[in-house]
Amino acid sequence: MSIPYFEFLRAELAPGLLDGLWVSLIVIIPSALLGAFIGLTAGVLRVYGPMPVRKLAEAYVSLFRGTPLVVQVFFWYFALPYIKFGGWSLVLDPIPAAILAFGLCSGAYQSEYIRGGLNSIKRGQIRAALALGMTTRQAVMNVVLPQAFRRALPGCGNEIIYLIKYSSLASIITVNELTGTATTIAKNSWRNIEVFCTLGVVYLLLVTVATWLLHLLEDTLSVPGFERPQE
Amino acid sequence: MSQHSENTPILEARNLIKVLGGNRVLDSVNLDIGRGRVKVLIGPSGAGKSTLLQCLNFLTPPDSGHILLEGREVNAGSKKELCSFRQQVGMIFQDFNLFDHLSALENVRVALMKVRGMSKLDATERAVAELKRVGLVDRAAHYPANLSGGQKQRVAIARALAMDPKVMLLDEPTSALDPELIGEVLTVIRALAQGGMTMIMATHQISFSASLADEFIFMEKGRIVEHGSPAELLGKGVGSRTQAFCAKISELTGEADGEFRS
Ligand SMILES: Nc1ncnc2c1ncn2[C@@H]1O[C@H](COP(=O)(O)OP(=O)(O)OP(=O)(O)O)[C@@H](O)[C@H]1O
Ligand SMILES: [Mg+2]
Repeated sequence: MSIPYFEFLRAELAPGLLDGLWVSLIVIIPSALLGAFIGLTAGVLRVYGPMPVRKLAEAYVSLFRGTPLVVQVFFWYFALPYIKFGGWSLVLDPIPAAILAFGLCSGAYQSEYIRGGLNSIKRGQIRAALALGMTTRQAVMNVVLPQAFRRALPGCGNEIIYLIKYSSLASIITVNELTGTATTIAKNSWRNIEVFCTLGVVYLLLVTVATWLLHLLEDTLSVPGFERPQE
Repeated sequence: MSQHSENTPILEARNLIKVLGGNRVLDSVNLDIGRGRVKVLIGPSGAGKSTLLQCLNFLTPPDSGHILLEGREVNAGSKKELCSFRQQVGMIFQDFNLFDHLSALENVRVALMKVRGMSKLDATERAVAELKRVGLVDRAAHYPANLSGGQKQRVAIARALAMDPKVMLLDEPTSALDPELIGEVLTVIRALAQGGMTMIMATHQISFSASLADEFIFMEKGRIVEHGSPAELLGKGVGSRTQAFCAKISELTGEADGEFRS
């Protein structure tokens, strides 16, 4: 009664998913960059910030790690417009709302890895840097962060892999990314199994490429004593 | 410049007091060192030698007291003054504290570029010269993970020397080393002393330091209890506390300090 899978794939599914993939990338890449930036900032503040700032950064992390991502996504899209800032309210389009939600959530997790990396650097190296006449800031920028970043990279990379997968949640606020597109195609074609299995393969490819890129970055930054553990 | 005469000590500490965990780790310590002199700090574990050295460059800020560099009091409250003071006071640590993500060359170069604002080219040239001085040019590209302890300590010395310090503080520079690696570091330190570097060194290498030091400073419980030339304190039949202490370490460590008898 219906056309064979490969015919369906070529004519309908692949073009649809390709559009979705494009939208997914538009969500994932800025979210990952935003998350890395927020994670780095929050991680540094949690270790070196003055006490009140430290507490604030801790509160941010607890809040975003402690609530379901779905709730966060809904919040930025549906609830934000109801919050008035002196008569103004902020209404976000679906894609910016998704990027904000994912970036903030990812940043909270990333900051954990950054913090761990920072704490793993022996205090002695900071003292040596200070003894050479560096300011605390210079010591952090030139000695601590480059090492902490290398130590944190595998964890942060994992977080980006998660981000690729949870970006599918953007579909619940009408973003037509991979999952959203696939759902529509499945509904219209009644070919759920084929569509969602294909979707799974696409995510797998996406994750494989991302893993490869992250390993490339790790290897580029690798110096003796900071090698990527060989699996 | 007026107070900067030939006899002004390079570094002077007045009345340093430091309390840590309820203990007076430094109890009114006074110390001064003239140009080209070598002073050696000895004393039992916990005497406050490391704390004293770290107070001298404010890595551990003293609770009270004054530090003077060439007769001028250092105002550690000013960040700029503190950084410029620290550039002039080199420090060598027991566990080297090399920057693990940088090669030997980069370890020596980084502060030249970031602190002294030298160009990469000039800094590299200077770093190579310093590595040559400690006999490690051929290891310039090696990372700390691939250097022996003795090599790491020599890189650390090169790194400190590159800043043109007026005085060097050395905190047990050979204590973390395997016995067979101590000699290479002591050779570098001896060459420095002979080259006229002003140094304050905490060490347990008694006979080595006796051959270099102008003065031994014996500390106990946060106080300087004896000081004087090695001959004064360690001569036959002097009966000083220092002598008793040195006899005890030599006994405990066997020949460890006899390794480098000159
Ligand atoms: N952060 C700290 N808190 C509390 N007590 C401290 C701290 N740091 C050092 N101390 C104490 O200060 C005293 C002096 O320590 P210090 O490291 O200066 O001795 P030292 O003479 O260098 O000894 P060693 O020969 O073992 O290196 C010790 O009793 C030590 O336990
Ligand atoms: Mg000590």
